[in-house]
Amino acid sequence: MSVPPASPARQTRSALALWGERAVELLIRLSGVSAVLFVFGIFLFVFIEGAPLITDLDWSKAIFSPDWYPTSRENVRYGVGAMIIGTLSVTGLAMVIAVPFGLGAAFFVSEFCSGTLRETLKVVIELLAAIPSIVWGFIGLSVVNHLIQRFLPAPVGLNLLNAALLLALMSVPIIVSIGEDALKAVPDSYREAALALGATRWQIAWRVLLPAARNGLLAAVLLGVGRAIGETMAVLMATGHAVNIPTSLFDPIRTLTATIAAELGETAVGSPHYRMLFLIGLMLFTITFAVNLLADLAVRGVRRQ
Amino acid sequence: MNRPSPTLRHSAAPWAALTCAVALLTAGCSRPGPGASVKPEVIQNIGSDTMVNLAQAWAETYQGIAPDVSVEVSGGGSGLGIAALMNGTADIANSSRHIEPSEEAKIVERTGVKPREFLVGFDALSIFVHKDNPITEISMEELHDIYAEDSALDRWSQLGVTNIPNARTDRIIRVSRQNNSGTYHYFRDTVCGKKTDFKLGSLDMNGSKDVVELVSRTPGAIGYSGLGYRTPNVKMIPVSPRKGARAVLPSIATTLDKSYPISRPMFMYTPSEPPPHVQRFLEWVLSPAGQKIVEETGYIPMPPPEAQP
Repeated sequence: MSVPPASPARQTRSALALWGERAVELLIRLSGVSAVLFVFGIFLFVFIEGAPLITDLDWSKAIFSPDWYPTSRENVRYGVGAMIIGTLSVTGLAMVIAVPFGLGAAFFVSEFCSGTLRETLKVVIELLAAIPSIVWGFIGLSVVNHLIQRFLPAPVGLNLLNAALLLALMSVPIIVSIGEDALKAVPDSYREAALALGATRWQIAWRVLLPAARNGLLAAVLLGVGRAIGETMAVLMATGHAVNIPTSLFDPIRTLTATIAAELGETAVGSPHYRMLFLIGLMLFTITFAVNLLADLAVRGVRRQ
Repeated sequence: MNRPSPTLRHSAAPWAALTCAVALLTAGCSRPGPGASVKPEVIQNIGSDTMVNLAQAWAETYQGIAPDVSVEVSGGGSGLGIAALMNGTADIANSSRHIEPSEEAKIVERTGVKPREFLVGFDALSIFVHKDNPITEISMEELHDIYAEDSALDRWSQLGVTNIPNARTDRIIRVSRQNNSGTYHYFRDTVCGKKTDFKLGSLDMNGSKDVVELVSRTPGAIGYSGLGYRTPNVKMIPVSPRKGARAVLPSIATTLDKSYPISRPMFMYTPSEPPPHVQRFLEWVLSPAGQKIVEETGYIPMPPPEAQP
C-alpha cells in the first residue's frame, strides 16, 4: 500500500491509510495462520495419497518386519522395521557425536571467546550450515568412505558410522547457533552474581549457565535431532542403502527418508507401493511430531520446576 | 532448410561457433552453420539407466548426421521411460526389458494404439568383484545362493576364496540395485528365479555406475552391472551356466551365441506410428553406423543381417 501524501491534517487519518493498515494487519495474520494451514495441508496430502492402503496393511508386520519387498513378483511385503531402526540408529549416533561438540562449541563461542575469534567462528559455523546436503552426501561417498576403509576395520565404507558423521556435521551448526542464543538470553546479572561469589568461569558455565539455559539448549538439541531425522540425500548416498538391522557401527543401513527418495520416482502413481511410500512419509511425520511434542513437554516440565 | 547467403553466413560464423560451443555443453555438436538457424526438431528419449550411455552416444553422433534433429536423452529407469511414453512426454522409451502386458494395456487405453517395439542391441550383465579378489569364475548356482532369499551362501570362504587383500571380512558384501530398476528385475528373474526374491541386506545403489564404483572401493564386494560400465578398477568374472560347465566372459560372441547366461535384449518403444523424424532416427540406430556405436560403448550390437535366422 502506498503511503498517503503528507497533508496538513495528519492527525485525522485518511480512509486509505486506515484500510491500508487493516490490509497489512490481515496479511500478517494470514501469514501467521498459513504456517498452520500448510502443515495441515501437507499432512492431509500425504495422508490422502497413503490412505487407501491403511486398512489393507498388516500393520504389525509393516512396522516390525524387516522384509521390504515392494516389487516382488510372488510375495510383496511392506516391512519397514529395518528402516525405522536404521533411521533411529543413525540419528542416535549422530546426536552422540553432535551434542557434545555442538553444546561445547556454543559455550565456547558464547562464554569463552570474544572479538574477532568469536565473529570468525560464528561466520564459519553458519557457513557449515549452508552446505547443501547433496554436497555432504558426495563427501560421504568419496572422502569419508575412503577414510573409513583406510583407517578403520570396516569391510565397507558406506555404513552407519559414515552417515552418522555427516549428520553430526550437519546438525552441529544448528545446535551451536540456537544454543548460543539460549546462553546469550541468560541475564548478565547471573554471571555477575556468580563472579561476585568467587566462581570460576568453568563453575559459571557448568553450575549457573547450563541450568539457566536448559530449555534453550534442549530446544537446540531437539532441532538438531529434527535435522538429522529428516535428512535424505546425504544418508541415501552414505549409508549404503541396505535393508539391514545394524549390529555394528560398520554395518550399512537404510533410512525411511532415503527409501522414499530412491523409490518414489519410478513407482506407478496410485499403486500400493506408491501408497506405502506415502505411509512411510506419514510415519516420518509421526516421528518428528513425537520429537517436537517431547521437546515441548520437556521444556514445559523444566519450566515448572 | 533455410540457408543464409554466403556473406551472411560468413558474418554469422563467430556466432555459430558460440552456439556450437553452447550446444556442445549440452548435447554435442559437430556441424555448425546452416542448421544452426533452423529450429531443430526434438526427440525426447527417456528410460533405462542401463541404456543411457548408449543413447547419449547415439544422440551426440546423430547431431552430426542430422543437425536439424536434436535427441534429448534422460535416464531414470525402464519403468519411467514407459510411463513417459504413456503420458506422451517421451517420443522414444528405452527399456532394458520387455514391456509388461499391464503397461501395454495402459498405453492402449490412453492412446488407443499399441506401442511399437524395436530391438536395438543386447546388454550383458557382468559380475564384478574388486580387482584384488582372487576368484576366477562363478556359476549361476553360486550366484543364486549368494543373492537369493533363503540361501545360506554368504561367506567368500564357502566359495573357496580366501585372502582377499584388505577385505577385513569373510562376508560377501552384496551390491545390488534399487528395487524398481530394470536391471534389478532382470537379475532377480534370471539369477534368483522368477519366484524368488533377493536376500535382504544388499547395498542397493541408484545407478549402474554406482555399483561399479562401490565394488571398486570395497574389497569384499560383488556386484552386477552392464558390461559397458566396466572400469580398470574392477574385475569381471566369467560365469558358467551350471557348476562344472565352462565359464565364459561376457562378450559379443558369447552373448550372440547365448553361451553367456546373463544377457538381455535392449528395446526402444515408440507410439505405433512414430513421426518421420523419429522413424529416421530409429532407422539410423539400426543401421551399421548406429550399431557400431553400440559396440563402441560396450554393449552388444545386433547380429549382422546375414547371420540372422
